Amino acid sequence: MARLNLSRLITAAADTIAAHAEELTALDQAIGDGDHGLNMKRGFEAVRSEAEAFSAKPLPEALKAIGTKLVMTVGGASGPLFGTLFMALGKEISSAPDRANLTAAFGKAIEAVAARGKSQVGQKTMLDVLQPVHDALLQGKTPSEIADIADAAAEATVPMKALRGRASFLGDRSIGHMDAGARSTALLVRTVAKTIGESA
Amino acid sequence: MSNVGIVIVSHSPLVAEGTADMVRQMVGDEVPLAWCGGNGHGGLGTNVEAIMGAIDKAWSEAGVAILVDLGGAETNSEMAVEMIGEPRSQKIIVCNAPIVEGAVMAATEASGGASLKEVVATAHELSPS
Repeated sequence: MARLNLSRLITAAADTIAAHAEELTALDQAIGDGDHGLNMKRGFEAVRSEAEAFSAKPLPEALKAIGTKLVMTVGGASGPLFGTLFMALGKEISSAPDRANLTAAFGKAIEAVAARGKSQVGQKTMLDVLQPVHDALLQGKTPSEIADIADAAAEATVPMKALRGRASFLGDRSIGHMDAGARSTALLVRTVAKTIGESA
Repeated sequence: MSNVGIVIVSHSPLVAEGTADMVRQMVGDEVPLAWCGGNGHGGLGTNVEAIMGAIDKAWSEAGVAILVDLGGAETNSEMAVEMIGEPRSQKIIVCNAPIVEGAVMAATEASGGASLKEVVATAHELSPS
């Protein structure tokens, strides 16, 4: 695997979230409290503003620091959930990860997110994208295949009934809408896959 | 203060402050009490840093019970407890109870010198499960 250029990744992720903030908010307005786009944008802009400092750290410490920053700045349940994803990833990853290490660390990070949200796959959440991405990593898929799998997985949350989060209050009325957290997760996966793919 | 502390975490600062007023009316200054609400940017939401600050403010060696409203308040409170870390985190419990009734009942129990476990159990009695 090519060496990660963390600064480039942070910039690309913040650009993606900023470009899709309104779309994420619209998704969240349909079946949630409508703050997801704004919250994610605030968090990723905060990460962007310290990109240089994060990039100077070894990868595990950088990911933990990014996770903490997201926890403190995103707000809403997404802050702890995305923050936990990055913090747990940082705890498990090596400073120069190969695919096997990345895959194992990603698996542990998904477990941490599930525990934080008291949720599991199939409940119309970000886990419904994270798990297929982990499976694809295990199966040796290419970055561009993984990005497509993430998009399809987010799309697959549309017919699901929400069992966690604000959307679960709507019961059957949550069916027919894409989960905003699944969408933002797929956007981030595509961005990371593209950035890594380009530098490979 | 040796009584268990109470922290109120709502998405709305108005709800949090109003709940705290109702607690004060019941127990006066006998219970360490703090509240926070809002996303820290003027909107509705909850904020880990503010929750950590409220826990500090209501800290008691007997422990702290946190009352929350909706899901994000619970997730952010659990995150705040984890970030505070041990050993204090072992004396902080996020209650599963309605925020207003839970806070008033828990504080009333705490004002009589009850343990953290008893205070939390009183709040949990309000949640049929």
